[in-house]
Amino acid sequence: MDLLEHQGKRLFAEAGLPVLPSRVAASAAEARQAMDDIGLPVAVKAQVKTGGRGRAGGIRICASAGEVDAAAAEILAMTIRGKTVEAVLVEQAVEVEREMYLAIVLSRAQRVPLLVFSREGGVDIEALALRDPGALVRTPVDPLLGLCDYQVRDVLAAAALDPEGPGGADAKQALAAVVRAAWRLYRDRDATLVEINPLVLTRRGEVFCLDSKVTIDDNALYRQTDQRPEEPADEREAKARRAGLAFVALDGDIGVLGNGAGLVMSTIDQIAAAGGSAADFCDIGGGARADVVAAALDAILAGRPISALLVSIFGGITRGDEVARGLVEALGAARLDAPVVVRLDGNAAAEGRAVLAEACLDGVTVAETAGEAVRLVVAAAHGRDA
Amino acid sequence: MAILIDERSRVLVQGITGREGASHTARMRAAGTNVVAGTSPGKGGQTVEGVPVFDTVAGARAATGADVAVLFVPARFARDAMLEAAAAGVGLVVCVTEGIATRDMTEVTAHLARRGARLVGPNGPGLITPGRCSAGIMPADVFRPGGTGVISRSGTLTYEVVHELTRAGLGQSTAVGMGGDPVHGLGFIECLELFEADPETEAVVLIGEIGGDDEERAAVFAQERMTKPVIAYVAGFSAPPGKRMGHAGAIVEGSAGTAADKKAALEAAGVPVAAAPADVAVLLREAHTRRPSS
Repeated sequence: MDLLEHQGKRLFAEAGLPVLPSRVAASAAEARQAMDDIGLPVAVKAQVKTGGRGRAGGIRICASAGEVDAAAAEILAMTIRGKTVEAVLVEQAVEVEREMYLAIVLSRAQRVPLLVFSREGGVDIEALALRDPGALVRTPVDPLLGLCDYQVRDVLAAAALDPEGPGGADAKQALAAVVRAAWRLYRDRDATLVEINPLVLTRRGEVFCLDSKVTIDDNALYRQTDQRPEEPADEREAKARRAGLAFVALDGDIGVLGNGAGLVMSTIDQIAAAGGSAADFCDIGGGARADVVAAALDAILAGRPISALLVSIFGGITRGDEVARGLVEALGAARLDAPVVVRLDGNAAAEGRAVLAEACLDGVTVAETAGEAVRLVVAAAHGRDA
Repeated sequence: MAILIDERSRVLVQGITGREGASHTARMRAAGTNVVAGTSPGKGGQTVEGVPVFDTVAGARAATGADVAVLFVPARFARDAMLEAAAAGVGLVVCVTEGIATRDMTEVTAHLARRGARLVGPNGPGLITPGRCSAGIMPADVFRPGGTGVISRSGTLTYEVVHELTRAGLGQSTAVGMGGDPVHGLGFIECLELFEADPETEAVVLIGEIGGDDEERAAVFAQERMTKPVIAYVAGFSAPPGKRMGHAGAIVEGSAGTAADKKAALEAAGVPVAAAPADVAVLLREAHTRRPSS
């Protein structure tokens, strides 16, 4: 689950990471109120779950009330990379001496968190690694040992803060504290990403996290009880989530449901390769009990009308005839307008296909192989015979 | 031989008194598995499916010599169950459970690596050496003994591909479901290495999906280290970025982890990539014809 900047900063503040005074505002009037509380100058920043908001004009530094009004109104009306801006963060603005980069991110390949620090903020890390390797730290954090002091010293060495510059030795201590707090936040809040970009040293010698990017592990939400996943914007995804189904809304017109994530992904690929386009990804898990299939159909049909439906089931442990009885019950009750192709293969598939044939459901065609099923459903969606 | 498990494996089922634990114990035994013990804290002394139940893994291991542990334990208790198995000296831990927190998995994989224990899973179907041993939930009826090694990130896709292999007369040495989570135990590379060294395995099928770079790294390994033919299939070409496609690890992040990139990397390394699951058997036959195994 990705957090918005202001949600991440709330966790930052709780973890002892230095953040500037700020308020969330959903209107220009609220932004003005926030400005009155904080004092000028302020930064008005779009709250949106996508990168590149700065380049898109989603961050404005304001020195007057009029500028705050205008910036808040304009940013709140923006859509950045397809995402509507629903709120702005009004934050005290500071004069920046230096921008740095700090992140702790899960490395899937190494199976550990990786601490990444760069002396320069807003740069291409790979390019910097070639140009100035000493300015970069990339070090795995042992999940059982945690962050070690030598790793913090590595960051301080790469930062090369000027002892005669703003903040002096205090700035160095502040940076060390940021690295340690970021690690604690990553571990204690079950994050898979904590990114501070930029992490700044101000002209007055203070260290602040100017932005936050935090991802919380969905599998850990049971113990991160203050974190609530937001309701999906798509009605179909919302319905499927309530039914406990793995579901992703897509743009096409052929409804798809099947058992197993890989199998459904593969089915969608084959539909695309045959010239069709899937309306959804829907994994009903092992077996195909009638109530589960019914919930899946309910979610699929909550969107734009589909032109055809493909049900792809591979009988593993669950026998094909048991699966077929569940399908007959659910499809019979759903009374679909669109043509349906059912593909049943695997364990006791012949018996299962016999059950389907016997039920003689209107508009339901039974296919033996995945390839045949895909051809049939794409043809049906285009309103022609295969 | 095969890899990881065979008829000599002594399997222990953690959580054997639960519904899933009991029913899969019966299935594993029917598939020829030597299930020697089960555990369930506080339920030592009972039997399930004729298998003696112990309170602890250490107790079960001392009494039965179990060397493979299969877990049917809910996500929030799985970390502890895996650590217990490793602490008791079990050499292979198989975790089927879906939904385990990533932090737990980083800790478990680090700890098991230190103890020299191997992990298969989590969030996968386990593994099977057809006719000899099944440690997990793979439907044994779909499999036949033979010379094809299979390693996969997806359960049902494995069954689908294996079903076609079996139909085409291509049996399997061992099939390993590495699981769909971002942090998991044995991966493509470790299994490719084991299959390469296994005299019973003649060729390897690799089944990948979007997310991470396991397939890209496997491609490099296959090119540099494998003398046996490797055939691949990758799912998720139509997956939109930023959406988890069922599995926690099946997600295209930014522009990283796409199926197209994985296919390109595999093909560049000389690994043919099938267009559909049913085509894997066809490509495998071609590979056998081109390069007859010794």
